[in-house]
Amino acid sequence: MNLAAEVHQASGVAGAAWLLLVLPAAGAAVLLLGGRRTDKWGHLLGSATVIAAFVYGVLLFFDTTGQGTEDRLRDLHLFDWIPVNALDVEFGLRLDPLSVTFVLLITGVGSLIHIYSIGYMSHELRDRRRFFAYLNLFVAAMLLLVLGNSFVTLYFGWEGVGLASYLLIGWYQGKDFAATAAKKAFLMNRVGDVGLALAIFLMFKNIGSTQYDVVFDKIGQQSTGVIVAIGVLLLLGACGKSGQFPLQAWLPDAMAGPTPVSALIHAATMVTAGVYLIARSSPLYSLAQAGDARLVVMIIGAITLLLGCIIGCAYDDFKKVLAYSTVSQIGYMILAVGLGPAGYALGILHLLTHGFFKAGLFLGAGSVMHGMNDEGDIRRLGGLARKMPITFITWTLGYLALIGFPFLSGYFSKDAIIEAALAEGGTRGWIFGGIALLGAGLTAFYMTRLLILVFLGKPRWENLKSADGRSYHPHESGPTMTIPMIILAVGSVAAGGVLSGMLPEWLEPAVGKLQEEHGPLSATVVSVLTVVISALGAGIAFLLFGRGEQPVTRPQRVSFPVRAARADLYGNHLNEALISRPGVWLTRFLVFVDNRGVDGLVNGIAAGLGGSSGRLRRLQTGFVRSYALSMLGGSILVIAALLMVRFA
Amino acid sequence: MTPTYYLLLSALLFTIGAVGVLVRRNAIVVFMCVELMLNAVNLSLVTFARINGQLSGQIMAFFVMVVAAAEVVVGLAIIMSIFRTRRTASVDDSNLLKY
Repeated sequence: MNLAAEVHQASGVAGAAWLLLVLPAAGAAVLLLGGRRTDKWGHLLGSATVIAAFVYGVLLFFDTTGQGTEDRLRDLHLFDWIPVNALDVEFGLRLDPLSVTFVLLITGVGSLIHIYSIGYMSHELRDRRRFFAYLNLFVAAMLLLVLGNSFVTLYFGWEGVGLASYLLIGWYQGKDFAATAAKKAFLMNRVGDVGLALAIFLMFKNIGSTQYDVVFDKIGQQSTGVIVAIGVLLLLGACGKSGQFPLQAWLPDAMAGPTPVSALIHAATMVTAGVYLIARSSPLYSLAQAGDARLVVMIIGAITLLLGCIIGCAYDDFKKVLAYSTVSQIGYMILAVGLGPAGYALGILHLLTHGFFKAGLFLGAGSVMHGMNDEGDIRRLGGLARKMPITFITWTLGYLALIGFPFLSGYFSKDAIIEAALAEGGTRGWIFGGIALLGAGLTAFYMTRLLILVFLGKPRWENLKSADGRSYHPHESGPTMTIPMIILAVGSVAAGGVLSGMLPEWLEPAVGKLQEEHGPLSATVVSVLTVVISALGAGIAFLLFGRGEQPVTRPQRVSFPVRAARADLYGNHLNEALISRPGVWLTRFLVFVDNRGVDGLVNGIAAGLGGSSGRLRRLQTGFVRSYALSMLGGSILVIAALLMVRFA
Repeated sequence: MTPTYYLLLSALLFTIGAVGVLVRRNAIVVFMCVELMLNAVNLSLVTFARINGQLSGQIMAFFVMVVAAAEVVVGLAIIMSIFRTRRTASVDDSNLLKY
């Protein structure tokens, strides 16, 4: 498939798109370099830069819609970045419907979360400025990731968000678990990044450029092997960043960071970078030769969505359940973009609606924890609906959107993915469609469990004290926190309906036309089926958790599946057994070879020479006459030898 | 009169000198034995020059004499200063320069 549409030079409003990068980057620079002097107004500046970027993003959106459909693909050349002979990388921005959509999501949700953070971080006034600096740094890097017009610029932003994510996960760096989680996230991301880097090297070698337009223009002429290799390596990068199987384990641990970070980075924006990467590379994945790569994408998506759901059912940590929910929802998106032209727009649609409701759910979780002495164990919560009405209502709206309640946003995006998966056809369609349906039921189950244990039922916290010995006094959060939650809740309700009609057509210049294929079941049947299965999941959750007293500590005598799910389905064990431990063995072996073999040889030679010279120097007696004797003896030997040669 | 006697004398003198260098301890005597060896060589050089009818051997003998004279100057000076510091001229006592 040729994307054909010509890339135009950006001008006018779009010519100032560099502002999107410079504003938050400048905010981060001022806050980090300014130090304590900026403590008083740092949070305001940090929020202002992102809001300004959002305002510009809206202008850019209208500027782009103002162009004809054919003219919506625009590049903005900024400067030559690496002008080295064959390797010529320019620094430029790609402004098209896909990147503009992401700009709106990042700066929009980003603005709300900045505002929310002003309230959330009010307990930590001393360091709030640095927190906003990191958030700004993240926004700048994420915008670079989605705006870059080559894979190298994308990689630059990709690493930038990795750094910001590391800094923010490790925010409570004094605590062991936060420092460990930050390291784990950073390292597992590196594994994925190696894949992305290798894909970029392959492009340099075979195509000679990493500009999107050049790469997608020439990718069709490459051999099947190269195309599949690039496709799978890009997927590896996506797996790392988006917490997909087998690199999913870092994302739940990343919840060690403050809740706004979980909402912004680890639910709404950064973790969707993998989906963006694959949607951006749609011309590659749409090639007939890339069929194998697409199949791998779908399999990874399907495994991850199921895995996330199952583990989510067993956890008792508020934020970790949401994190596994994120893992599984991104699995849906990856599955969708793996479907090819039938799914790119659906994946992005789910990404946007998910951005709204998941950010809202996380902010709700943060609001609960803010009012409950940072208590995140859902078994110690309960009955909070009365104490926090706004949080309860907004959270419930996000919950309904996520489980696909009819006509809320999740209904439009998730149903469409399930339908498209079924329409893949044949056994494949049934398998992927079935997994997606099962996932919908499980999602409803664990989210309902969360809702019941946190907001409904009897309060279980009344006679308990938090870890620092205080009793709980739940209270509703202040307006800087509730207003973003309300806005996101409205988005959760409305976004799906508004976007599902327009988005596919709007994205067409960037990811190609949405090909509607009709599966074995009609759209109505799929919709009804999804709703029924979701209702079934929710109903089971009500039966299990809605009645009677719930224990305050989690039951220890449980069946094997629950134990497996509590242990992350042994994902960490698997990684450790397959990768970490052989790696450690290999390292030990190499250290042994180095110490005994290489060092042994070098040290042995040195010791041998040292020892023999120690003995040889005994010949230097200091007696002149013995020297004279050896000279005489030597001379006689030399002369005798000469004579022998001469006359023999 | 054959050159053989000169060569025999030369060998005899060289041997005496060499044995003297090896067996005597007094630095002055060792020094004199070295001179004896040099002059034994001079004698053989001159003899060979005579046998071959060439002057080069005799010229070489002059060189040896000049070098020997210079060597005597330096050598005696060293022996003098050693004697002044250590009150002895025995070569076996000056054995500090070793391993």
